[in-house]
Amino acid sequence: MLRFILGRLLSLSLSLIVASLVIFTVIEVIPGDPAAFMLGLNADEATVQALRADLGLDGSKAERYLTWIAGMVQGDFGTSYTYRVPVAELVADRLWVSLPLAILSLILSTAIAFPVGLLAAANRGRAADYGIMGGTQLGIAIPNFWFGMLLVLVFAVNLRWFSAGGFPGWEEPLQALKSLLLPSVALALPQAAILARVMRSALIETLAQDYMRTARAKGLSRRQALLRHALRNALIPVLTIIGLQFSFLLAGAIIIENVFFLPGLGRLIFQGITQRDLVVVESVTMLLVFAVIVVTFLVDIAYAIADPRLRRRA
Amino acid sequence: MSRLPVPLILGAVLSSVFLAMALLSFVWTPHDVEQLVIANRLQPASGEFLLGTDQFGRDLLSMLMVGARVSLAVALVAVGIGVVIGVPLGLAAAATRGSLLDELIMRGNDLIFAFPSLVIAILITAVFGPSAFNAIIAIGIFNIPVFARVARGGALSLWTLDYILAARVAGKGKARISAEHILPNIANLLIVQATIQFSLGILAEAALSYVGLSVQPPTPSWGRMLSDAQTMIYTHPMLAVLPGLAIVLMVLGLNLMGDGLRDMLDPRLRRVRQ
Repeated sequence: MLRFILGRLLSLSLSLIVASLVIFTVIEVIPGDPAAFMLGLNADEATVQALRADLGLDGSKAERYLTWIAGMVQGDFGTSYTYRVPVAELVADRLWVSLPLAILSLILSTAIAFPVGLLAAANRGRAADYGIMGGTQLGIAIPNFWFGMLLVLVFAVNLRWFSAGGFPGWEEPLQALKSLLLPSVALALPQAAILARVMRSALIETLAQDYMRTARAKGLSRRQALLRHALRNALIPVLTIIGLQFSFLLAGAIIIENVFFLPGLGRLIFQGITQRDLVVVESVTMLLVFAVIVVTFLVDIAYAIADPRLRRRA
Repeated sequence: MSRLPVPLILGAVLSSVFLAMALLSFVWTPHDVEQLVIANRLQPASGEFLLGTDQFGRDLLSMLMVGARVSLAVALVAVGIGVVIGVPLGLAAAATRGSLLDELIMRGNDLIFAFPSLVIAILITAVFGPSAFNAIIAIGIFNIPVFARVARGGALSLWTLDYILAARVAGKGKARISAEHILPNIANLLIVQATIQFSLGILAEAALSYVGLSVQPPTPSWGRMLSDAQTMIYTHPMLAVLPGLAIVLMVLGLNLMGDGLRDMLDPRLRRVRQ
Protein backbone atom coordinates (compact mmCIF):
# COMPACT_ATOMS: atom_id res chain seq x y z
CA MET A 1 0.00 0.00 0.00
CA LEU A 2 2.80 2.41 0.89
CA ARG A 3 4.48 1.64 -2.42
CA PHE A 4 1.25 2.33 -4.23
CA ILE A 5 0.79 5.68 -2.50
CA LEU A 6 4.40 6.67 -3.19
CA GLY A 7 4.00 5.73 -6.85
CA ARG A 8 0.81 7.75 -7.13
CA LEU A 9 2.43 10.65 -5.29
CA LEU A 10 5.26 10.60 -7.81
CA SER A 11 2.90 10.74 -10.75
CA LEU A 12 0.90 13.43 -8.95
CA SER A 13 3.94 15.69 -8.66
CA LEU A 14 4.92 14.87 -12.23
CA SER A 15 1.44 15.88 -13.41
CA LEU A 16 1.65 19.12 -11.49
CA ILE A 17 5.08 19.98 -12.91
CA VAL A 18 4.00 19.25 -16.48
CA ALA A 19 0.74 21.15 -15.97
CA SER A 20 2.56 24.20 -14.67
CA LEU A 21 5.04 24.03 -17.56
CA VAL A 22 2.20 23.82 -20.09
CA ILE A 23 0.37 26.78 -18.58
CA PHE A 24 3.57 28.81 -18.28
CA THR A 25 4.52 28.05 -21.90
CA VAL A 26 1.06 28.90 -23.23
CA ILE A 27 1.21 32.28 -21.50
CA GLU A 28 4.80 32.74 -22.69
CA VAL A 29 4.08 32.26 -26.37
CA ILE A 30 1.70 35.19 -26.50
CA PRO A 31 2.94 37.10 -29.51
CA GLY A 32 4.95 40.10 -28.41
CA ASP A 33 5.76 41.33 -24.97
CA PRO A 34 3.37 40.24 -22.16
CA ALA A 35 3.55 43.68 -20.57
CA ALA A 36 2.65 45.35 -23.87
CA PHE A 37 -0.08 42.74 -24.41
CA MET A 38 -1.59 43.52 -21.03
CA LEU A 39 -1.50 47.28 -21.46
CA GLY A 40 -2.90 47.32 -24.97
CA LEU A 41 -1.88 49.38 -27.98
CA ASN A 42 -1.98 52.88 -26.55
CA ALA A 43 0.33 52.40 -23.58
CA ASP A 44 3.38 54.62 -23.43
CA GLU A 45 6.85 53.15 -23.21
CA ALA A 46 7.51 54.15 -19.59
CA THR A 47 4.36 52.37 -18.33
CA VAL A 48 5.28 49.24 -20.24
CA GLN A 49 8.79 49.30 -18.78
CA ALA A 50 7.41 49.79 -15.27
CA LEU A 51 5.06 46.83 -15.68
CA ARG A 52 7.90 44.75 -17.11
CA ALA A 53 9.92 45.38 -13.98
CA ASP A 54 6.84 44.75 -11.83
CA LEU A 55 6.18 41.38 -13.45
CA GLY A 56 9.85 40.48 -13.32
CA LEU A 57 9.89 40.10 -17.10
CA ASP A 58 13.52 41.16 -17.28
CA GLY A 59 14.71 37.89 -15.80
CA SER A 60 15.28 34.75 -17.87
CA LYS A 61 12.40 32.37 -18.61
CA ALA A 62 13.68 29.73 -16.22
CA GLU A 63 14.04 32.31 -13.47
CA ARG A 64 10.51 33.56 -14.00
CA TYR A 65 9.07 30.06 -14.00
CA LEU A 66 10.83 29.20 -10.76
CA THR A 67 9.75 32.47 -9.14
CA TRP A 68 6.15 31.80 -10.15
CA ILE A 69 6.19 28.23 -8.82
CA ALA A 70 7.98 29.20 -5.61
CA GLY A 71 5.37 31.91 -5.10
CA MET A 72 2.46 29.52 -5.77
CA VAL A 73 3.84 27.02 -3.27
CA GLN A 74 3.96 29.73 -0.60
CA GLY A 75 0.45 30.91 -1.43
CA ASP A 76 1.65 34.00 -3.28
CA PHE A 77 -0.17 33.93 -6.62
CA GLY A 78 1.14 37.27 -7.81
CA THR A 79 -0.64 40.60 -7.95
CA SER A 80 -3.54 41.27 -10.24
CA TYR A 81 -2.70 44.04 -12.65
CA THR A 82 -6.26 45.33 -13.02
CA TYR A 83 -7.49 44.90 -9.46
CA ARG A 84 -4.21 45.91 -7.83
CA VAL A 85 -4.70 43.28 -5.13
CA PRO A 86 -3.00 39.93 -4.55
CA VAL A 87 -4.53 37.21 -6.73
CA ALA A 88 -4.72 35.02 -3.62
CA GLU A 89 -7.25 37.47 -2.12
CA LEU A 90 -9.36 37.46 -5.28
CA VAL A 91 -9.27 33.67 -5.36
CA ALA A 92 -10.24 33.39 -1.69
CA ASP A 93 -13.29 35.61 -2.31
CA ARG A 94 -14.40 33.73 -5.42
CA LEU A 95 -13.80 30.32 -3.90
CA TRP A 96 -16.75 30.96 -1.60
CA VAL A 97 -18.97 30.88 -4.65
CA SER A 98 -17.35 28.23 -6.82
CA LEU A 99 -16.71 25.65 -4.12
CA PRO A 100 -20.24 25.64 -2.65
CA LEU A 101 -21.56 25.51 -6.22
CA ALA A 102 -19.45 22.47 -7.11
CA ILE A 103 -20.28 20.70 -3.83
CA LEU A 104 -24.00 21.44 -4.11
CA SER A 105 -24.01 20.08 -7.68
CA LEU A 106 -22.14 16.98 -6.66
CA ILE A 107 -24.63 16.30 -3.86
CA LEU A 108 -27.59 16.91 -6.17
CA SER A 109 -26.17 14.77 -8.95
CA THR A 110 -25.52 11.88 -6.56
CA ALA A 111 -28.90 12.25 -4.90
CA ILE A 112 -30.63 12.03 -8.28
CA ALA A 113 -28.43 9.35 -9.83
CA PHE A 114 -28.52 6.77 -7.01
CA PRO A 115 -32.24 6.09 -6.82
CA VAL A 116 -32.65 6.41 -10.58
CA GLY A 117 -29.82 3.99 -11.35
CA LEU A 118 -31.08 1.59 -8.70
CA LEU A 119 -34.61 1.71 -10.09
CA ALA A 120 -33.36 1.03 -13.63
CA ALA A 121 -31.19 -1.90 -12.52
CA ALA A 122 -33.94 -3.43 -10.41
CA ASN A 123 -36.34 -3.25 -13.36
CA ARG A 124 -33.84 -4.26 -16.01
CA GLY A 125 -35.43 -4.83 -19.41
CA ARG A 126 -38.82 -3.51 -18.32
CA ALA A 127 -40.57 -0.30 -19.22
CA ALA A 128 -39.16 1.67 -16.28
CA ASP A 129 -35.62 0.74 -17.34
CA TYR A 130 -36.17 1.79 -20.96
CA GLY A 131 -37.78 5.02 -19.83
CA ILE A 132 -34.90 5.86 -17.52
CA MET A 133 -32.25 4.95 -20.08
CA GLY A 134 -33.98 7.11 -22.68
CA GLY A 135 -34.14 9.96 -20.20
CA THR A 136 -30.45 9.68 -19.40
CA GLN A 137 -29.59 9.74 -23.12
CA LEU A 138 -31.38 13.05 -23.29
CA GLY A 139 -29.65 14.26 -20.12
CA ILE A 140 -26.22 13.51 -21.55
CA ALA A 141 -27.00 15.40 -24.74
CA ILE A 142 -28.09 18.61 -22.98
CA PRO A 143 -25.36 21.26 -22.65
CA ASN A 144 -25.47 22.42 -19.03
CA PHE A 145 -25.32 26.12 -19.90
CA TRP A 146 -28.37 25.78 -22.13
CA PHE A 147 -30.18 23.86 -19.42
CA GLY A 148 -29.30 26.76 -17.13
CA MET A 149 -30.90 29.19 -19.55
CA LEU A 150 -34.04 27.06 -19.70
CA LEU A 151 -34.21 27.02 -15.90
CA VAL A 152 -33.93 30.80 -15.90
CA LEU A 153 -36.68 30.96 -18.49
CA VAL A 154 -39.05 28.78 -16.46
CA PHE A 155 -38.25 29.64 -12.84
CA ALA A 156 -37.04 33.23 -13.08
CA VAL A 157 -38.84 34.69 -16.09
CA ASN A 158 -42.17 32.86 -16.05
CA LEU A 159 -42.71 31.69 -12.47
CA ARG A 160 -40.55 34.38 -10.82
CA TRP A 161 -39.51 32.02 -8.02
CA PHE A 162 -35.84 32.81 -8.40
CA SER A 163 -33.79 35.75 -9.58
CA ALA A 164 -32.20 35.27 -12.99
CA GLY A 165 -28.67 35.57 -11.68
CA GLY A 166 -26.24 37.33 -9.41
CA PHE A 167 -25.07 36.49 -5.93
CA PRO A 168 -26.08 38.37 -2.77
CA GLY A 169 -23.12 37.21 -0.67
CA TRP A 170 -23.04 34.90 2.33
CA GLU A 171 -24.20 37.56 4.78
CA GLU A 172 -27.65 36.29 3.90
CA PRO A 173 -27.09 32.54 3.86
CA LEU A 174 -30.58 31.58 2.68
CA GLN A 175 -30.60 34.05 -0.18
CA ALA A 176 -27.10 32.93 -1.15
CA LEU A 177 -28.09 29.29 -1.19
CA LYS A 178 -31.18 30.13 -3.19
CA SER A 179 -29.14 31.92 -5.82
CA LEU A 180 -26.87 28.86 -6.13
CA LEU A 181 -29.76 26.45 -6.51
CA LEU A 182 -30.63 26.93 -10.20
CA PRO A 183 -26.98 26.93 -11.33
CA SER A 184 -26.25 23.77 -9.38
CA VAL A 185 -29.31 22.00 -10.78
CA ALA A 186 -28.14 23.01 -14.27
CA LEU A 187 -24.71 21.56 -13.54
CA ALA A 188 -25.96 18.48 -11.75
CA LEU A 189 -28.57 17.06 -14.11
CA PRO A 190 -26.33 16.16 -17.09
CA GLN A 191 -23.82 14.70 -14.62
CA ALA A 192 -26.57 12.76 -12.88
CA ALA A 193 -27.57 11.22 -16.22
CA ILE A 194 -24.04 9.86 -16.68
CA LEU A 195 -23.81 8.73 -13.07
CA ALA A 196 -27.17 6.94 -13.20
CA ARG A 197 -26.00 4.95 -16.23
CA VAL A 198 -22.80 3.95 -14.44
CA MET A 199 -24.78 3.04 -11.33
CA ARG A 200 -27.16 0.89 -13.37
CA SER A 201 -24.48 -1.06 -15.23
CA ALA A 202 -22.38 -1.52 -12.09
CA LEU A 203 -25.40 -2.94 -10.30
CA ILE A 204 -26.32 -5.21 -13.18
CA GLU A 205 -22.76 -6.52 -13.30
CA THR A 206 -22.81 -7.19 -9.55
CA LEU A 207 -26.20 -8.89 -9.74
CA ALA A 208 -24.69 -11.49 -12.09
CA GLN A 209 -22.06 -12.52 -9.53
CA ASP A 210 -22.13 -15.90 -7.79
CA TYR A 211 -22.40 -14.40 -4.33
CA MET A 212 -25.66 -12.79 -5.35
CA ARG A 213 -27.06 -16.23 -6.13
CA THR A 214 -25.83 -17.36 -2.73
CA ALA A 215 -27.57 -14.42 -1.12
CA ARG A 216 -30.83 -15.34 -2.84
CA ALA A 217 -30.31 -19.04 -1.99
CA LYS A 218 -29.97 -18.30 1.71
CA GLY A 219 -33.42 -16.78 1.55
CA LEU A 220 -33.01 -13.06 0.97
CA SER A 221 -35.62 -11.46 -1.22
CA ARG A 222 -34.52 -9.80 -4.45
CA ARG A 223 -34.89 -6.45 -2.80
CA GLN A 224 -32.89 -7.40 0.28
CA ALA A 225 -30.10 -8.91 -1.81
CA LEU A 226 -29.98 -5.84 -3.98
CA LEU A 227 -29.79 -3.38 -1.12
CA ARG A 228 -27.54 -5.40 1.20
CA HIS A 229 -25.02 -6.98 -1.13
CA ALA A 230 -25.21 -5.58 -4.64
CA LEU A 231 -25.35 -1.93 -3.74
CA ARG A 232 -22.20 -1.95 -1.65
CA ASN A 233 -20.16 -3.74 -4.28
CA ALA A 234 -21.44 -1.60 -7.10
CA LEU A 235 -20.36 1.53 -5.24
CA ILE A 236 -16.70 1.27 -6.19
CA PRO A 237 -16.97 2.18 -9.88
CA VAL A 238 -19.64 4.72 -9.00
CA LEU A 239 -17.33 6.46 -6.54
CA THR A 240 -14.59 6.68 -9.17
CA ILE A 241 -16.95 8.41 -11.55
CA ILE A 242 -18.06 10.81 -8.81
CA GLY A 243 -14.42 11.73 -8.27
CA LEU A 244 -13.88 12.28 -11.98
CA GLN A 245 -17.00 14.37 -12.18
CA PHE A 246 -15.47 16.88 -9.83
CA SER A 247 -13.24 17.88 -12.71
CA PHE A 248 -16.24 18.30 -15.02
CA LEU A 249 -18.08 20.26 -12.35
CA LEU A 250 -15.19 22.67 -11.94
CA ALA A 251 -14.88 23.23 -15.66
CA GLY A 252 -18.64 23.29 -16.12
CA ALA A 253 -18.94 25.79 -13.31
CA ILE A 254 -16.80 28.20 -15.31
CA ILE A 255 -19.42 28.33 -18.04
CA ILE A 256 -22.43 28.18 -15.71
CA GLU A 257 -21.09 31.11 -13.67
CA ASN A 258 -21.31 33.13 -16.86
CA VAL A 259 -24.92 32.12 -17.41
CA PHE A 260 -25.99 33.14 -13.90
CA PHE A 261 -23.57 36.04 -13.41
CA LEU A 262 -22.04 34.40 -10.35
CA PRO A 263 -18.81 35.97 -9.08
CA GLY A 264 -16.83 32.71 -8.93
CA LEU A 265 -13.47 31.51 -10.20
CA GLY A 266 -14.81 31.06 -13.72
CA ARG A 267 -15.90 34.68 -13.95
CA LEU A 268 -12.51 35.64 -12.56
CA ILE A 269 -10.74 33.78 -15.38
CA PHE A 270 -12.94 35.37 -18.03
CA GLN A 271 -12.51 38.82 -16.59
CA GLY A 272 -8.77 38.14 -16.55
CA ILE A 273 -8.94 37.15 -20.22
CA THR A 274 -10.93 40.17 -21.38
CA GLN A 275 -8.84 42.56 -19.28
CA ARG A 276 -5.66 40.84 -20.41
CA ASP A 277 -4.70 40.28 -16.79
CA LEU A 278 -2.29 37.42 -17.43
CA VAL A 279 -1.27 37.01 -13.80
CA VAL A 280 -4.85 36.22 -12.84
CA VAL A 281 -5.40 33.88 -15.81
CA GLU A 282 -2.16 31.99 -15.20
CA SER A 283 -2.55 31.51 -11.47
CA VAL A 284 -6.26 30.71 -11.41
CA THR A 285 -5.89 28.17 -14.22
CA MET A 286 -3.03 26.53 -12.35
CA LEU A 287 -5.13 26.45 -9.21
CA LEU A 288 -8.03 24.72 -10.99
CA VAL A 289 -5.69 22.17 -12.55
CA PHE A 290 -4.12 21.61 -9.15
CA ALA A 291 -7.52 20.98 -7.57
CA VAL A 292 -8.50 18.49 -10.26
CA ILE A 293 -5.21 16.58 -10.15
CA VAL A 294 -5.29 16.35 -6.35
CA VAL A 295 -8.88 15.11 -6.35
CA THR A 296 -7.99 12.47 -8.95
CA PHE A 297 -5.12 11.40 -6.70
CA LEU A 298 -7.38 11.13 -3.65
CA VAL A 299 -9.90 9.08 -5.62
CA ASP A 300 -7.13 6.73 -6.73
CA ILE A 301 -6.07 6.23 -3.12
CA ALA A 302 -9.62 5.75 -1.88
CA TYR A 303 -10.19 3.26 -4.67
CA ALA A 304 -7.11 1.28 -3.66
CA ILE A 305 -8.20 1.22 -0.02
CA ALA A 306 -11.57 -0.16 -1.08
CA ASP A 307 -10.18 -2.68 -3.57
CA PRO A 308 -6.85 -4.28 -2.64
CA ARG A 309 -6.45 -5.84 -6.12
CA LEU A 310 -5.72 -2.40 -7.52
CA ARG A 311 -2.69 -1.79 -5.35
CA ARG A 312 -0.65 -4.34 -7.22
CA ARG A 313 -1.55 -3.04 -10.66
CA ALA A 314 0.10 0.30 -10.14
CA MET B 1 -27.44 -8.60 -39.11
CA SER B 2 -31.01 -9.28 -39.99
CA ARG B 3 -32.43 -6.38 -38.07
CA LEU B 4 -30.92 -2.97 -37.42
CA PRO B 5 -31.29 -1.72 -33.84
CA VAL B 6 -33.89 1.02 -33.42
CA PRO B 7 -31.53 3.51 -31.72
CA LEU B 8 -29.14 3.18 -34.66
CA ILE B 9 -31.83 4.08 -37.18
CA LEU B 10 -33.15 6.94 -35.04
CA GLY B 11 -29.63 8.26 -34.47
CA ALA B 12 -28.66 7.97 -38.10
CA VAL B 13 -31.80 9.82 -39.20
CA LEU B 14 -31.23 12.65 -36.69
CA SER B 15 -27.56 13.00 -37.62
CA SER B 16 -28.30 12.91 -41.35
CA VAL B 17 -30.84 15.72 -41.03
CA PHE B 18 -28.22 17.98 -39.48
CA LEU B 19 -25.55 16.83 -41.90
CA ALA B 20 -27.88 17.63 -44.81
CA MET B 21 -28.61 21.06 -43.29
CA ALA B 22 -24.92 21.74 -42.93
CA LEU B 23 -24.07 20.62 -46.46
CA LEU B 24 -26.99 22.55 -47.94
CA SER B 25 -25.79 25.72 -46.18
CA PHE B 26 -22.68 25.71 -48.35
CA VAL B 27 -24.71 26.32 -51.47
CA TRP B 28 -27.99 27.76 -50.21
CA THR B 29 -29.56 29.28 -47.15
CA PRO B 30 -33.01 30.91 -47.10
CA HIS B 31 -31.42 34.25 -46.23
CA ASP B 32 -27.95 35.76 -45.98
CA VAL B 33 -26.71 35.16 -42.42
CA GLU B 34 -24.03 37.85 -42.47
CA GLN B 35 -26.26 40.68 -43.50
CA LEU B 36 -28.00 42.58 -40.71
CA VAL B 37 -31.38 43.93 -41.77
CA ILE B 38 -32.63 45.86 -38.77
CA ALA B 39 -36.02 46.37 -40.41
CA ASN B 40 -36.54 42.62 -40.10
CA ARG B 41 -35.52 42.35 -36.45
CA LEU B 42 -37.37 39.97 -34.13
CA GLN B 43 -39.89 38.81 -36.71
CA PRO B 44 -42.12 35.95 -35.61
CA ALA B 45 -42.11 32.73 -37.62
CA SER B 46 -43.68 33.31 -41.01
CA GLY B 47 -43.64 32.08 -44.58
CA GLU B 48 -40.59 34.18 -45.33
CA PHE B 49 -38.74 33.48 -42.07
CA LEU B 50 -39.69 29.92 -41.15
CA LEU B 51 -38.35 30.18 -37.60
CA GLY B 52 -38.40 33.98 -37.28
CA THR B 53 -35.46 36.38 -36.97
CA ASP B 54 -33.09 37.52 -34.20
CA GLN B 55 -32.51 41.01 -32.81
CA PHE B 56 -30.28 41.88 -35.77
CA GLY B 57 -32.81 40.80 -38.37
CA ARG B 58 -31.01 37.60 -39.33
CA ASP B 59 -33.04 34.55 -40.34
CA LEU B 60 -32.90 31.98 -37.55
CA LEU B 61 -33.19 28.93 -39.80
CA SER B 62 -30.30 30.11 -41.98
CA MET B 63 -28.20 30.72 -38.87
CA LEU B 64 -28.99 27.25 -37.53
CA MET B 65 -27.93 25.74 -40.86
CA VAL B 66 -24.59 27.55 -40.91
CA GLY B 67 -24.22 26.81 -37.20
CA ALA B 68 -24.61 23.10 -37.95
CA ARG B 69 -21.82 23.38 -40.49
CA VAL B 70 -19.48 25.10 -38.00
CA SER B 71 -20.30 22.67 -35.24
CA LEU B 72 -19.87 19.55 -37.40
CA ALA B 73 -16.69 20.82 -39.02
CA VAL B 74 -14.99 21.67 -35.72
CA ALA B 75 -15.96 18.37 -34.10
CA LEU B 76 -15.03 16.34 -37.19
CA VAL B 77 -11.56 17.82 -37.56
CA ALA B 78 -10.99 17.50 -33.81
CA VAL B 79 -11.86 13.79 -34.03
CA GLY B 80 -9.56 13.55 -37.07
CA ILE B 81 -6.67 14.94 -35.02
CA GLY B 82 -7.36 12.40 -32.30
CA VAL B 83 -7.47 9.47 -34.74
CA VAL B 84 -4.49 10.45 -36.89
CA ILE B 85 -2.16 11.07 -33.93
CA GLY B 86 -3.71 8.93 -31.21
CA VAL B 87 -4.21 5.65 -33.08
CA PRO B 88 -0.59 5.27 -34.30
CA LEU B 89 0.60 6.11 -30.78
CA GLY B 90 -1.68 3.49 -29.30
CA LEU B 91 -0.64 0.88 -31.88
CA ALA B 92 3.03 1.62 -31.25
CA ALA B 93 2.50 1.32 -27.50
CA ALA B 94 0.78 -2.05 -27.91
CA ALA B 95 3.39 -3.37 -30.35
CA THR B 96 6.19 -2.53 -27.91
CA ARG B 97 4.31 -3.49 -24.79
CA GLY B 98 6.18 -2.78 -21.57
CA SER B 99 8.93 -0.84 -23.33
CA LEU B 100 9.98 2.67 -22.47
CA LEU B 101 7.93 3.94 -25.43
CA ASP B 102 4.80 2.21 -24.14
CA GLU B 103 5.39 3.58 -20.66
CA LEU B 104 6.01 7.08 -21.98
CA ILE B 105 2.89 7.10 -24.15
CA MET B 106 0.65 5.78 -21.40
CA ARG B 107 2.02 8.12 -18.72
CA GLY B 108 1.62 11.05 -21.10
CA ASN B 109 -1.97 9.97 -21.64
CA ASP B 110 -2.65 9.79 -17.92
CA LEU B 111 -1.39 13.34 -17.71
CA ILE B 112 -3.70 14.74 -20.34
CA PHE B 113 -6.60 12.83 -18.78
CA ALA B 114 -5.94 14.47 -15.44
CA PHE B 115 -6.24 17.93 -16.99
CA PRO B 116 -9.60 19.65 -16.84
CA SER B 117 -9.96 19.81 -20.62
CA LEU B 118 -12.36 22.72 -20.83
CA VAL B 119 -10.14 24.90 -18.64
CA ILE B 120 -7.13 24.23 -20.85
CA ALA B 121 -9.21 24.72 -24.00
CA ILE B 122 -10.35 28.09 -22.67
CA LEU B 123 -6.76 29.01 -21.88
CA ILE B 124 -5.54 28.02 -25.35
CA THR B 125 -8.27 29.85 -27.24
CA ALA B 126 -7.97 32.88 -24.97
CA VAL B 127 -4.24 33.24 -25.44
CA PHE B 128 -3.94 32.34 -29.12
CA GLY B 129 -7.01 34.33 -29.99
CA PRO B 130 -10.53 33.03 -30.37
CA SER B 131 -11.07 31.31 -33.72
CA ALA B 132 -12.50 28.10 -35.11
CA PHE B 133 -8.96 26.87 -35.79
CA ASN B 134 -7.85 27.29 -32.19
CA ALA B 135 -11.06 25.72 -30.93
CA ILE B 136 -10.32 22.69 -33.12
CA ILE B 137 -6.80 22.41 -31.72
CA ALA B 138 -8.00 22.83 -28.15
CA ILE B 139 -10.65 20.12 -28.53
CA GLY B 140 -8.50 17.87 -30.74
CA ILE B 141 -5.59 17.65 -28.29
CA PHE B 142 -7.81 15.94 -25.76
CA ASN B 143 -9.00 13.42 -28.33
CA ILE B 144 -5.46 12.10 -28.81
CA PRO B 145 -5.15 10.21 -25.50
CA VAL B 146 -8.66 8.82 -25.87
CA PHE B 147 -7.90 7.19 -29.21
CA ALA B 148 -4.42 6.13 -28.11
CA ARG B 149 -5.95 4.33 -25.15
CA VAL B 150 -8.69 2.63 -27.16
CA ALA B 151 -6.24 1.57 -29.89
CA ARG B 152 -3.75 0.22 -27.36
CA GLY B 153 -6.39 -1.67 -25.41
CA GLY B 154 -7.83 -3.26 -28.53
CA ALA B 155 -4.43 -4.04 -30.02
CA LEU B 156 -3.02 -5.62 -26.84
CA SER B 157 -5.61 -8.38 -26.85
CA LEU B 158 -4.98 -9.08 -30.54
CA TRP B 159 -1.21 -9.42 -30.17
CA THR B 160 -1.68 -12.65 -28.22
CA LEU B 161 -3.65 -14.34 -30.99
CA ASP B 162 -2.32 -17.11 -33.22
CA TYR B 163 -2.75 -15.40 -36.55
CA ILE B 164 -0.59 -12.51 -35.40
CA LEU B 165 2.03 -15.05 -34.34
CA ALA B 166 1.75 -16.61 -37.80
CA ALA B 167 2.33 -13.23 -39.40
CA ARG B 168 5.42 -12.73 -37.25
CA VAL B 169 6.74 -16.15 -38.18
CA ALA B 170 6.17 -15.23 -41.81
CA GLY B 171 8.63 -12.42 -41.24
CA LYS B 172 6.39 -9.39 -41.07
CA GLY B 173 7.63 -6.50 -38.94
CA LYS B 174 5.67 -5.04 -36.02
CA ALA B 175 4.75 -1.88 -37.88
CA ARG B 176 3.44 -3.85 -40.84
CA ILE B 177 1.45 -6.23 -38.63
CA SER B 178 -0.05 -3.26 -36.81
CA ALA B 179 -1.15 -1.68 -40.05
CA GLU B 180 -2.28 -4.80 -41.91
CA HIS B 181 -3.71 -7.05 -39.20
CA ILE B 182 -4.30 -5.08 -36.02
CA LEU B 183 -5.80 -1.89 -37.39
CA PRO B 184 -8.59 -3.52 -39.44
CA ASN B 185 -9.58 -5.59 -36.40
CA ILE B 186 -9.87 -2.67 -34.02
CA ALA B 187 -11.71 -0.51 -36.56
CA ASN B 188 -15.03 -1.32 -34.84
CA LEU B 189 -13.81 -0.01 -31.53
CA LEU B 190 -12.42 3.11 -33.17
CA ILE B 191 -15.61 3.87 -35.08
CA VAL B 192 -17.72 3.64 -31.94
CA GLN B 193 -15.27 5.83 -30.01
CA ALA B 194 -15.22 8.31 -32.89
CA THR B 195 -18.99 8.84 -32.69
CA ILE B 196 -18.71 9.40 -28.93
CA GLN B 197 -15.87 11.89 -29.29
CA PHE B 198 -17.72 13.55 -32.15
CA SER B 199 -20.72 14.28 -29.94
CA LEU B 200 -18.47 15.42 -27.08
CA GLY B 201 -16.70 17.70 -29.57
CA ILE B 202 -19.99 19.30 -30.54
CA LEU B 203 -20.79 19.97 -26.88
CA ALA B 204 -17.30 21.39 -26.31
CA GLU B 205 -17.53 23.63 -29.38
CA ALA B 206 -20.92 24.88 -28.23
CA ALA B 207 -19.48 25.73 -24.80
CA LEU B 208 -16.45 27.50 -26.29
CA SER B 209 -18.49 29.51 -28.76
CA TYR B 210 -21.00 30.34 -26.02
CA VAL B 211 -18.21 32.12 -24.14
CA GLY B 212 -17.01 33.69 -27.40
CA LEU B 213 -13.89 31.60 -27.85
CA SER B 214 -14.70 29.73 -31.06
CA VAL B 215 -15.77 30.93 -34.49
CA GLN B 216 -16.01 34.72 -34.65
CA PRO B 217 -18.84 36.92 -35.91
CA PRO B 218 -20.28 37.40 -38.45
CA THR B 219 -20.20 33.61 -38.87
CA PRO B 220 -23.01 32.27 -36.67
CA SER B 221 -22.57 29.29 -34.38
CA TRP B 222 -25.00 27.53 -32.06
CA GLY B 223 -23.15 28.54 -28.90
CA ARG B 224 -22.89 32.16 -29.93
CA MET B 225 -26.56 32.24 -30.86
CA LEU B 226 -27.29 31.14 -27.29
CA SER B 227 -25.15 33.84 -25.73
CA ASP B 228 -26.72 36.46 -28.04
CA ALA B 229 -30.16 35.21 -27.02
CA GLN B 230 -29.44 35.49 -23.32
CA THR B 231 -30.29 39.18 -23.10
CA MET B 232 -33.49 38.56 -25.08
CA ILE B 233 -34.73 35.71 -22.93
CA TYR B 234 -37.42 37.80 -21.21
CA THR B 235 -39.07 38.91 -24.41
CA HIS B 236 -38.08 36.38 -27.07
CA PRO B 237 -37.37 33.01 -25.40
CA MET B 238 -37.52 31.10 -28.70
CA LEU B 239 -34.18 32.65 -29.68
CA ALA B 240 -32.61 30.76 -26.78
CA VAL B 241 -34.65 27.59 -27.13
CA LEU B 242 -34.03 26.75 -30.80
CA PRO B 243 -30.19 26.69 -30.98
CA GLY B 244 -30.08 24.65 -27.77
CA LEU B 245 -32.59 22.21 -29.21
CA ALA B 246 -30.38 21.86 -32.28
CA ILE B 247 -27.39 20.99 -30.08
CA VAL B 248 -29.38 18.46 -28.06
CA LEU B 249 -30.85 16.71 -31.11
CA MET B 250 -27.49 16.56 -32.90
CA VAL B 251 -25.68 15.15 -29.85
CA LEU B 252 -28.54 12.79 -29.07
CA GLY B 253 -28.47 11.53 -32.66
CA LEU B 254 -24.74 10.85 -32.53
CA ASN B 255 -24.96 9.15 -29.13
CA LEU B 256 -27.80 6.89 -30.23
CA MET B 257 -25.85 6.05 -33.37
CA GLY B 258 -22.77 5.26 -31.29
CA ASP B 259 -24.74 2.98 -28.98
CA GLY B 260 -26.44 1.28 -31.90
CA LEU B 261 -23.17 0.78 -33.76
CA ARG B 262 -21.55 -0.68 -30.67
CA ASP B 263 -24.33 -3.19 -30.18
CA MET B 264 -24.34 -4.09 -33.85
CA LEU B 265 -20.59 -4.30 -34.43
CA ASP B 266 -19.66 -6.06 -31.23
CA PRO B 267 -22.32 -7.57 -29.01
CA ARG B 268 -19.66 -8.73 -26.55
CA LEU B 269 -18.72 -5.16 -25.91
CA ARG B 270 -21.07 -3.93 -23.25
CA ARG B 271 -18.85 -1.29 -21.83
CA VAL B 272 -20.02 1.52 -19.63
CA ARG B 273 -20.29 4.84 -21.37
CA GLN B 274 -18.40 7.42 -19.37
